[in-house]
Amino acid sequence: MQKVATDLTGILGQERVLWEREHLVTYGFDGTATLYSEPGCVVLPKTTAEVRQVAEYAAEYKIPIVTRGSGTGLSGGSVPIPGCIVLCLAQMDQVLELDPKNLTIHVESGVITQKVAELADAAGLLYPPDPGSMRISTIGGNVAENSGGLRGLKYGVTRDYVMGLEVVLANGQAISLGNKCVKDVAGYSMKDVFIGSEGTLGIITRVLLQLVPKPQARKTMLASFQKMDKAADTVSAIIAAKIIPCTLEFLDRITIHCVEEYAQIGLPMDAEAILLIETDGHVVVVEEEASRMEEIAREHGATAVQVAKSGEEAARLTTARRVAFSALARRSPTTILEDATVPRSELAAMIRFIQGVSIKYGLTIGTFGHMGDGNLHPTFLTDEKNTAEMAKVEKAMVEIFEHAVKLGGTITGEHGVGLAKKPFLANAVGDASLELMRQLKRTLDPNNLLNPGKIFD
Amino acid sequence: MRSSDDLHAAAVRVGRANPEGAENPSKYLRRLDYSVLQQCIHCGMCLPTCPTYDETKLERNSPRGRIALMRQIADGQLAVTRAFGEELYFCLGCLACETACPAGVHYGQMFEFARADIEQAGVKRSAIRDCVRTLTLRWLFTNPEALRTLGRLIWLFQVTRLETLVRRLKLTRLLPGRLSRLEPLTPRLQRRFSDELIRPVETPANQRYRVGLLTGCVQDLAFSHVNRDTADVLLANGCEVITPRLQVCCGSLHAHNGELELAKEMARRTLDAFDLQHLDAVVTNAAGCGTHLKNYGHLLHDDPIYAERAAQWSAKLRDIHEWLAEIGIQAPTVSIPQRVTYHQACHLCHGQKITEQPRQVLKAIPGLELIELPESTWCCGSAGIYNITQPDMSEKLLQRKLANIEKTGVNIVASANPGCSVQLEAGARFSNKNLKILHPISLLAQAYRSSNAGIT
Repeated sequence: MQKVATDLTGILGQERVLWEREHLVTYGFDGTATLYSEPGCVVLPKTTAEVRQVAEYAAEYKIPIVTRGSGTGLSGGSVPIPGCIVLCLAQMDQVLELDPKNLTIHVESGVITQKVAELADAAGLLYPPDPGSMRISTIGGNVAENSGGLRGLKYGVTRDYVMGLEVVLANGQAISLGNKCVKDVAGYSMKDVFIGSEGTLGIITRVLLQLVPKPQARKTMLASFQKMDKAADTVSAIIAAKIIPCTLEFLDRITIHCVEEYAQIGLPMDAEAILLIETDGHVVVVEEEASRMEEIAREHGATAVQVAKSGEEAARLTTARRVAFSALARRSPTTILEDATVPRSELAAMIRFIQGVSIKYGLTIGTFGHMGDGNLHPTFLTDEKNTAEMAKVEKAMVEIFEHAVKLGGTITGEHGVGLAKKPFLANAVGDASLELMRQLKRTLDPNNLLNPGKIFD
Repeated sequence: MRSSDDLHAAAVRVGRANPEGAENPSKYLRRLDYSVLQQCIHCGMCLPTCPTYDETKLERNSPRGRIALMRQIADGQLAVTRAFGEELYFCLGCLACETACPAGVHYGQMFEFARADIEQAGVKRSAIRDCVRTLTLRWLFTNPEALRTLGRLIWLFQVTRLETLVRRLKLTRLLPGRLSRLEPLTPRLQRRFSDELIRPVETPANQRYRVGLLTGCVQDLAFSHVNRDTADVLLANGCEVITPRLQVCCGSLHAHNGELELAKEMARRTLDAFDLQHLDAVVTNAAGCGTHLKNYGHLLHDDPIYAERAAQWSAKLRDIHEWLAEIGIQAPTVSIPQRVTYHQACHLCHGQKITEQPRQVLKAIPGLELIELPESTWCCGSAGIYNITQPDMSEKLLQRKLANIEKTGVNIVASANPGCSVQLEAGARFSNKNLKILHPISLLAQAYRSSNAGIT
């Protein structure tokens, strides 16, 4: 590895090639529990040209590359494979252009999601995708994982805002895909191949994103329920009333308690479930939708509905929801987060099933998630050192995934397959679909050097 | 050409082989309750709030990176190496990561244990470092008479204009590198120490409480007037003030610098100085000390003699702003128009989660307009003795802080920690900025004095 590190130092300089053990340890993981593996070295390029040189070098010597941003992924997608080159894009973080005439922003991959959101906001615009880790996640990582967020229900996910990409391929060639045109059907939409590809098909170096006008008004409320079913019924009723709020999040009792311990914002500690509801848009419409949703919640058994009185109060509520996953880690040494997703109509059934699994195996599962889009986050609170319990967690996980697929859902709504969900992929997508993915991978990365062993073997 | 299999094998070898492990096993981290280390789920929420990560964008310089290293050490997978030592001394110990952490990781505790391991293993040792550490941590800061004698000498040096002469003749160049950089940081020392300004017992006419007052060590040398102001403010709010003579350093310097045993000794000596049973509270006005003082209960939890007293102490310990907010602040009557911004000391906002109370103190002062400081919770680079040990990083943080202060357009900065005050004063001096750095309590004391004198 010393020769590799020395060669790469020739490209990037000493400071941006790391191979001391004390560095490698700290790149051995992402945000996923229990996955750890040390790379051979870490490189921190600052330009596309440097990324190309590293890729060319890796191709010549057949060394695998694992690309990462801030390492906040939740499926092990950026966990190194032993001996690989970790290509960290955190230092490639220039904002290239904000174009208010075309409502686009062009950034390098390492730009933090929050920064894009802030720049858009300052220009009177909105970048809707808001994954839980947006304060530190990079745009490149968001595109590679096709991240979702709290506003998915109304605004969709990262894919819906990517207009163009610059990608460095396995052979070191850089290509530009897409443009600022709203309509473009010139050939296959190749950018879409790379969105959600988890670093297995190419290295995303630049991203052109679409922005939308900032909604004039926003209203946030919190509804408490004594039964999880009632919360689920409320969600169904809101959708049936043809209202699409931008956020419809729920937290169960365990999650409420953990979040409150951290954030101390006065969440109802006696509730079985709470719904965080937010609507945005034209002032009049927002008012009308908010009062209608409040009514629906009360009709379906909400014990209390609290409307945020100020922007700050609303922000506190959504921020609290954003940290739910990390806050759950207060309870136990190991926190394993999943993101089984089902069609909205099957939500109540899926939640009941998860509760049943929890009782069956005697496991603590905190559940929260994006109720509006059927994306659930059952979270196992366990201890990796307790092998007996970990075995039960494995079994419970399999059951939950299988049931989600049976209900017409998927094994992962927004975290990606990575390493964590690899064993469940075939069952979820079917053999033919998996084979098509493999063919694509072989075409773009014939030597299997880009994040090998992720998504599928 | 090497195949990836070779590389794989090489990496596994690097990972497993542990030549230094036998020489430098961990004494402290391995003893730490493992669940404290496991609490970190490496979600990364701490990264954007860590000043060192923000500067370098390297995982090793982040809280979760440092915790990963500590975990490897606790697991026996990594030795206490020199690189680990350097990393943990590159950390400011500002605890911004604790505020950011939804999982409730106790970084401060791990940080102290890690530094103790580093000192135990001696991986950062050098003749000069040993000498400085013995002179300061082991002698000066355990020996208040010696510290005061030195303080008196420096004061003489400053007031006799010898300092100006030395600086004019550029004699500071004769000092060894690091010391010459440090010399301009020396704060203006006070002519009189706290004991000369505050009587052992001072009782107000309308007594409601009895509190013990901590006068500190650096605070006593450089900011004894802040201690007097604190006594005045307490008296104005109905508190009898008990101030033990010749107080020792509380031990926070020792705990933060890998001398846990000495820290315990200083804690025991501090406990001995106060008659805890007869006090409603023990009050400190120094943020850095406050975090550590509140931790005595934990520090001495297995001490056969002091454990119980230390626990009581932790329960009674209050930062001055916290105490005033608790008992209700007597508003001064006279209005003095002034615009003030507030820099939040790390060990007040992150270490003790005290953010609103100092603002309450400032807002209680009639005529005072509080202008919020951008990034007010971002470390100023003082961080105990960090400005001495890591001058480059410290300087970057200081410039960032000064730039933020400039944005407010205000020249009075309220700050409640002696370290921050020294740092900000030095920063203002070097950049020729007309800044007044004042403790919030001094502003309040001033307002009481004006009220009593009937000045409008």
